[in-house]
Amino acid sequence: MENNYSKAQLTWLLVLRIFVGWHFLFEGMVKVLNPNWTAAPYLMDSQGHFRSFFVNMAGNAGLMNTVNFLNEWALVLIGLGLIIGAFSRLSCIGGILLLIMYTLSHPALIGAKYAMPFEGSYFLIDKNLVELAALGVLFVFPSARVIGVDSLLVKVLPSGFRKFII
Amino acid sequence: MEKENINKTKDQQEVKKTSAIGRRDVIKTLVTVPVLGAVAYGLVKTRKVAILDRDISDVFKLSDKNAVFLEPMANGKQIRLGLVGFGIRGKQLMRALGFAEPSYIDTLIEAKKKNPDDTRYDAFLEQDDLNVVITGVCDIFDKYSEAAQLTGSNIHREGTNGKFGPAPKRYKTYQELIAADDVDAIVIAAPDHWHGTITAAAAKAGKHVYCEKPMTWTVPETYMVRQAIKDTGVVFQLGHQGRQTASYQKAEEIISNGLLGNVNLIQVCTNRNNPNGAWVYPIIEGSNPQTIDWKQFEGDPERIREYNDYMLSNKLEKYVGPDERSKFSLERFFRWRCWWDYSTGLSGDLLTHEYDAANQIMHLGIPHSATSSGGVYFFKDGRTVPDVLQTTFEWPDRNMTMLYSATLASSRNRGKVFMGHDASMEVADILSITADRESERYAEKIKQGIIPTDKPFFTYVPGQSKVDAVTSATELYFAQRGLLYTYVNGKRYDTTHLHMREWLECIRQGKTPSCNIDQAFEEAMTAHMGTRAYLEGRTMYWDKDKEQITRG
Repeated sequence: MENNYSKAQLTWLLVLRIFVGWHFLFEGMVKVLNPNWTAAPYLMDSQGHFRSFFVNMAGNAGLMNTVNFLNEWALVLIGLGLIIGAFSRLSCIGGILLLIMYTLSHPALIGAKYAMPFEGSYFLIDKNLVELAALGVLFVFPSARVIGVDSLLVKVLPSGFRKFII
Repeated sequence: MEKENINKTKDQQEVKKTSAIGRRDVIKTLVTVPVLGAVAYGLVKTRKVAILDRDISDVFKLSDKNAVFLEPMANGKQIRLGLVGFGIRGKQLMRALGFAEPSYIDTLIEAKKKNPDDTRYDAFLEQDDLNVVITGVCDIFDKYSEAAQLTGSNIHREGTNGKFGPAPKRYKTYQELIAADDVDAIVIAAPDHWHGTITAAAAKAGKHVYCEKPMTWTVPETYMVRQAIKDTGVVFQLGHQGRQTASYQKAEEIISNGLLGNVNLIQVCTNRNNPNGAWVYPIIEGSNPQTIDWKQFEGDPERIREYNDYMLSNKLEKYVGPDERSKFSLERFFRWRCWWDYSTGLSGDLLTHEYDAANQIMHLGIPHSATSSGGVYFFKDGRTVPDVLQTTFEWPDRNMTMLYSATLASSRNRGKVFMGHDASMEVADILSITADRESERYAEKIKQGIIPTDKPFFTYVPGQSKVDAVTSATELYFAQRGLLYTYVNGKRYDTTHLHMREWLECIRQGKTPSCNIDQAFEEAMTAHMGTRAYLEGRTMYWDKDKEQITRG
């Protein structure tokens, strides 16, 4: 029923999903496995309109514990979801939300200098936003309903789940 | 039977069909799972390499202890303070105690409105209440005295339109302030030539003393002040707030653990390059012979005699004056640091901070000898104290030299560096260690490429406890930009606040502060040796047994 894709379309959707998922999962696991990891320095390095919001966040030790936990495990779950194709639409939404947060704290503005090593030169559109667009594509072309755990979930879960979850 | 058979066949067919679809479904469902294995492989490899490369605990042993500060006791008694001197430093000390000028609060509020990132106002409001009350103030400039009263009454930390508490009493002389019954302890932020006199007088009146550095202006009074503090047993703290810098405590541990190897040279510096840094402070409006008590500014007669005796008996007339001491001068009143007549120059003002840090970290004591050179090379504004100064101190028994190099005409950053055979350590708010390429201790790790020699391999950032691994590139980047130490445990702290808190807590708990009278005596004598070496143009020696400065 979902499989109106040509073989080539499906193949490239799958490649895109695995690549994005791989990137999320690896970033997440590296942080989970490093007990000293914290988002504080990244947030303190924020620029743009929302700078003080993120800097204040970094200054609140209790809040940072929660932020770190949510960020690490959200990255891992989104990565897993995309790779195995489980709850793939929800994973896309989660990924887009995280990338929006990263973009707000580190917008690619002219003259903005960041401590985190960035390769390349950007104006407004950086790799975060390209990845965000890729997740948008994956959301509207839910390939996991053909290849992925979602192909099973569509059969067992109520149809209401199809809108934003699978 | 037949029916059954037919049914059976149908069922079997059904089962067959389901399982056929099932297999295909299972493949479709799980085909991407092996990708996870590849990711896991990458993770395991990454982690192994990261841990292997960064572990240096076999050659770099350091505890994960963070800095310790004397904690305030619960229900301590309130301490009643008297303040002498409400100039630039006096205002800063009052803020560290929790009392700011309302106009200062106004500027902080305004600054926050303009720039939400400016958190100085919030930081000041959040600064701990030290449970003190200002009961008396004394400044010989009327405007400062009145401002000090208003500030002392600003108990709610409010701006101009705020609600104020009772104003502290104003005293015309420090003697009257010291004699007051409702004053338990004195904070001294008067000019250098008054430090020792007021400290000793306060001690003799049984008042505890927090005195700005340097402890003394003349050599003879240095013994007298120490005697007064020891005889009376009052709690004395000298104002080297660097004592509360977390990284200095770590530096002490690093050196005593031998992680730098033998340290034979310390280089400490002053790098300033603007009029304010060179003590050319603004002349305040409303200052004139009617509003300034010049007679008191001149100094204590006994001190002036000691000063003149030394200067004249050593043919150093050119450093005295040039104005008559009795001649009223706004320049000399507000920019007193520029003249030996009131000042201790670079030695007393800035070298002392550097020396005290080195003394805290390495317990050096008074040096065996001091040699100085320099001159007035940039600020040719009539000052008698040099604006460029080099002083070398020797500790032959420790196989060590400390070089102090100061300029008020270049702000090129030169840090506080402890140079060891195996590594050098630069100490500021954070601390970083760079291995020496000829090091023996780290030779193996350098050969393996684990410890670099072209950049620091270890950084200590207060509040962080990771101590047994090479600092990663990202951590180093942030440490150097100072992004990590802005907050410690979620709260900003100010070393002057901590230093005064320590003094107050020592009064309450009957303890001895970190910059006590012995440390202060060493600081003062060391600075005097450097000053005399400069003035006389020859090496000064310290006779340990006689406790005297002698000439080479």
